[in-house]
Amino acid sequence: MEEWVRQFRESLESLDRIGAERIFQSALQEMTPINAVEQIVAPALEQVGAAWETGGVALSQVYLSGRFCEELVDKALPPSDPDRKHQPRSAIVVLNDYHMLGKRIVYSVLRASGFELFDYGRMDVDELVERVVADKVRVLLISVLILPSALMVRDVCSKLKAAGAEVKVVVGGAPFQFDEQMWREVGADAMGRSAPDAVNIVKNIMGEMS
Amino acid sequence: MSTPADNPVIMNSMQRTLATLGQQEPDRVPLFLLTTMHGAKELDMSIEEYYSRAENVIEGQMRLLKKYRGDCIYGFFYASIEIEAWGGTTLYLPDGPPLCGAPIIKRPEDIDTLKTPSVKEAPCLSRVLETIRGLKAKVEDSVPIIGVAISPFSLPVMMMGFDHYIELIYEQPERFARLMQVTEAFTVEWANAQLEAGATAICYFDPVSSTTNIPRDLYLKTGQAVAKRVISQINGPTATHMASGRCLPIMSDIADTGTAVVGVSALEEMDELKAAANKRVSLLGNLNGVEMRRWTPQQAEAAVKHAIAGAGCGGGFILGDNHGEIPWQVPEEVLLAIGDAVERWGRYPLDWVDSDSS
Repeated sequence: MEEWVRQFRESLESLDRIGAERIFQSALQEMTPINAVEQIVAPALEQVGAAWETGGVALSQVYLSGRFCEELVDKALPPSDPDRKHQPRSAIVVLNDYHMLGKRIVYSVLRASGFELFDYGRMDVDELVERVVADKVRVLLISVLILPSALMVRDVCSKLKAAGAEVKVVVGGAPFQFDEQMWREVGADAMGRSAPDAVNIVKNIMGEMS
Repeated sequence: MSTPADNPVIMNSMQRTLATLGQQEPDRVPLFLLTTMHGAKELDMSIEEYYSRAENVIEGQMRLLKKYRGDCIYGFFYASIEIEAWGGTTLYLPDGPPLCGAPIIKRPEDIDTLKTPSVKEAPCLSRVLETIRGLKAKVEDSVPIIGVAISPFSLPVMMMGFDHYIELIYEQPERFARLMQVTEAFTVEWANAQLEAGATAICYFDPVSSTTNIPRDLYLKTGQAVAKRVISQINGPTATHMASGRCLPIMSDIADTGTAVVGVSALEEMDELKAAANKRVSLLGNLNGVEMRRWTPQQAEAAVKHAIAGAGCGGGFILGDNHGEIPWQVPEEVLLAIGDAVERWGRYPLDWVDSDSS
């Protein structure tokens, strides 16, 4: 299995779509789609994300790897497949600013890891709180690029609390990378340093909730 | 090498900066405190109002220079002002840098008919040029005036969104080349107009080239090739800034573009960056602008000391933040503490560095 993960990861990092698809199809001969996703795709993406955190690969590789895996997994495990993880109800959003790449990457990697979640696009604080409450979201992933947006998470958390929403807030984005204390300061429950990090955080929250 | 100990001359900001860029030790480490929106605070006006008139920015920059004792004036307004020249819009925030509005390239096919705007005919850019002229009249050659041009390779992030731009680079090389043709022409004209107006140097913001964003092999084929073509046509010195992105693995490649200075990230260590720069380029950095928001004066002093210890010896180093803009949220006490710390720890020779580089 480790060898498959290694080969798959190398294909992703070199943007060799044909090679990655060949490995994935070979795996599907021997295991179910959800097992191939959990045992090959997700670990490979996790390694790509970890390499980005330490400067080993670039964001463009992370983005294209995530997008490609999302397409690959969608074919083998369509959104309606019962093996998809629809619970806990999760959503992702860009808060306040207009920088969408980080959210796009996390969304792709989560879906490529077998999760389904709402994509709220870009929202302001009040709009977001209203939507989270209405949708009964249990895990809210917030992506930001600029500092004022990161500090606005504090408003989101306090308004969600005031509304009685039982939701875990996970934040990510450059301001949180550059100040590792900030996620606690704004009242978030966790901070993801990379997209695969977000996957692990959501898995942990799933474990706590079950 | 002569040092201030032999010849205790007090240099002005321009002399200090030129000495360090010549890989010599000036009287003290130059401080490029790249404050922009803080000028609006000084004038007690909104960020939008502040940037609506050249007079405001001239007054704001002059007050900031006096208050924080930096060694440069920053002619930069905000990044999306360049996008306004291309027909785009700007969204103002009450407490952060203005953002660009909807993408002007809505689909890749739009690139085929995209035309380079004229710098002279863009009122937004004329306001910046008027500001630089006004600042030059005030400081003449005593303080470097830094103009800004976004790299033609990084500008499309604001024109079409980063995700679509990455896809373009990898999947549509011919259209990417066409886009570079039109953006390069703009950047060259814009940078040279600022130099003509009185800017001393151009900060060439190129975060997409950072190894945080693209791998080195792609940089050599794209961002570096663009930078080589563009920087050779800019009629003055440039500082290539990675706007918080990593660049240690490509430091030598950036030096090959002909730039004089590299703006570096807090994610990398100054001593390693200094070794990689190898006196071919000077370094600007790398105080963490995001953390700076909550620093105590003691933490500010420790951060200044750490950066100077890593890169100060021998010159070739300008102390600054790591992003190219101090966030609005950074309080004046921190900025004043940074200035104090540079006075205390930045005087050459840096005899304390070997014995105490903590």
